[in-house]
Amino acid sequence: MSDTATPEQTAEIDDQSKRDFLFVSTASVAAVGTALAAWPFIDQMNPAADTLALSTTEVDLEPIEEGQSITVVWRGKPVFIRHRTAKEISEASAVKSADLIDPEGDAERVQKPQWLIMVGVCTHLGCIPLGQKSGESKGDFGGWFCPCHGSHYDTSGRIRKGPAPKNLAVPEYSFLSESKVKIG
Amino acid sequence: MDTNNMHPVMKWVEHRLPVFSFLDHSLGTQYPTPKNLNYWWNFGSLAGLVLVIMIVSGIVLAMHYTAHVDYAFNSVERIMRDVNYGWLIRYIHMNGGSMFFIAVYIHMFRGLYFGSYQAPRELLWIIGVFILLAMMATAFMGYVLPWGQMSFWGATVITNLFSAIPLVGDSIVTLLWGGFSVDNPTLNRFFSLHFLLPFVIVGLVVVHIWALHVHGSNNPTGIDVKSEQDTVGFHPYFTVKDFFGMGVFMIFYMFFVFYAPNFFGEPDNYIPANPLVTPPHIVPEWYFLPYYAILRAFTGDFFVYQIVSLGGLLMDAKLAGVLAMFASILLLLFMPWLDGSKVRSCSFRPIMAMAFWIFFLDCLVLGYIGGKPAEGIYITIGQFATFYYFAHLLVIVPLVSRLERPKQLPDSINASVLKAAE
Ligand code: HEM
Ligand code: FES
Repeated sequence: MSDTATPEQTAEIDDQSKRDFLFVSTASVAAVGTALAAWPFIDQMNPAADTLALSTTEVDLEPIEEGQSITVVWRGKPVFIRHRTAKEISEASAVKSADLIDPEGDAERVQKPQWLIMVGVCTHLGCIPLGQKSGESKGDFGGWFCPCHGSHYDTSGRIRKGPAPKNLAVPEYSFLSESKVKIG
Repeated sequence: MDTNNMHPVMKWVEHRLPVFSFLDHSLGTQYPTPKNLNYWWNFGSLAGLVLVIMIVSGIVLAMHYTAHVDYAFNSVERIMRDVNYGWLIRYIHMNGGSMFFIAVYIHMFRGLYFGSYQAPRELLWIIGVFILLAMMATAFMGYVLPWGQMSFWGATVITNLFSAIPLVGDSIVTLLWGGFSVDNPTLNRFFSLHFLLPFVIVGLVVVHIWALHVHGSNNPTGIDVKSEQDTVGFHPYFTVKDFFGMGVFMIFYMFFVFYAPNFFGEPDNYIPANPLVTPPHIVPEWYFLPYYAILRAFTGDFFVYQIVSLGGLLMDAKLAGVLAMFASILLLLFMPWLDGSKVRSCSFRPIMAMAFWIFFLDCLVLGYIGGKPAEGIYITIGQFATFYYFAHLLVIVPLVSRLERPKQLPDSINASVLKAAE
């Protein structure tokens, strides 16, 4: 009877599927286990607890006159704090979103219009834009200019021209008092 | 190998671990090598020589170097001024990086011209591309170690490339930095990896040579070895030739070490890293300039960008530039299949030979543009050269190799040698 399996053959097939099952489940457990064991070796590269602990900076705004900027260091990066003039504020809020590469209203970028606080790192490849000191180029839009590959930012720190894809980032910050901010 | 007339000690060793016959079959009289190899075939052994020099000089530097942002720059200056012969060892290492790339780039162009990547040497070629990638990572991280201005800003710009990746880009950059900017954790891990990777390269080189020895070297005619008449034993013929090449190359190398040690360097790297001041003109080391030019060619109005991103829908120009830069190297992996010719050597493919030389010039142009500021005419030239780079690999090579009718090949390597001697 060629179309029915002999008892031996059936036994063999049963055994085979049992072996396949054991093989696949062993391999799966090993793969998951390896992946889990790999995680600590990847995650150790992320910022360590002490690096994270240093990640807020407090700044006294009292001495900054209108029209002045200061640069503070936060998380190893420069943060630009600008005491904007009324003219700068009105220029920044007058821009239509159709003219922006990364549309964002000026009001969304500040908590108090006179204080513009943002990370001073060009969103292209990380250079530090010019425009903080009085003699430096402020670019075509009166804000900041990145010399590395020519990105122009406006008085709200928004990208207007050049290769950078995004506006200068606004960090998390909160006013501790009228003239004190905590960044981070 | 005839063990009978060996020294008893050698015989004792050979019986337990057959190193002597292994050497004889790898680099000795028993390794048949095409007898028509020209001097372009010297650059593999030269790259190997430089690798050894880099490891020896690097291990010595590591004995005096301190991987900490507050001390790294000064520890390198101490190597230069106070450590006995420290200046020599550092200049050997510093210029060795450039020599390594000179040797390897010539080695690769040799492969491209003579079709050495074609069957049955595809894997040999692919391993070679991986060696190039590992070298690039090693050199990039090594350049960060002295913690000068170019070290810092080069590291910042290059690690920021990964921020172009959609969604996870910023997390990847934080993971690479171990913080929120290039800082002490970054320097530490780069030192660790800079120490490790050269040994990974040694491993890759072993596999590369293993693959080479399966089918032996290609040769200037590109035709297969057919009989014993086509070959000579590697030793003494090519051991001598390789040593001679090494002598000439070392004169070239040591000229820079002793008379122009900072020729390949950037003066800005002798200014300690300052995270708050970007140098006005950031340039990578010369061996990265062509890729840097490709990266920067991708601006919003570059027609190649407009096409590949479907008019800007698919990705922004920054991501496109990063992808193009990686693609410019990864495409080389596919050379064995992009080239559909039955004939290897460009000596018998005049149109392909011309295309090769234009491509070579194009790479030089890209290198030149990569070192210039991205403005005015440089942008236009860089964009055209970038376009041509990809056009060569993706259009010209596949078409020319399939359409060109090669010249008559010699009957054998031996016949071509005899004809040349007439
Ligand atoms: C594949 C081979 C290697 C390449 C391409 C390479 C490349 C480089 C480069 C370009 C620099 C920067 C030189 C400068 O401007 O000062 C450097 C520095 C350094 N390398 Fe390497 N390297 C290699 C192997 C090694 C090895 C094996 C070690 C040690 C285990 C090592 C240890 C160092 C140290 C300590 C520095 C910092 C000191 C200095 O800047 O002179 N390198 N390397
Ligand atoms: S990093 Fe600012 S324009 Fe490129």
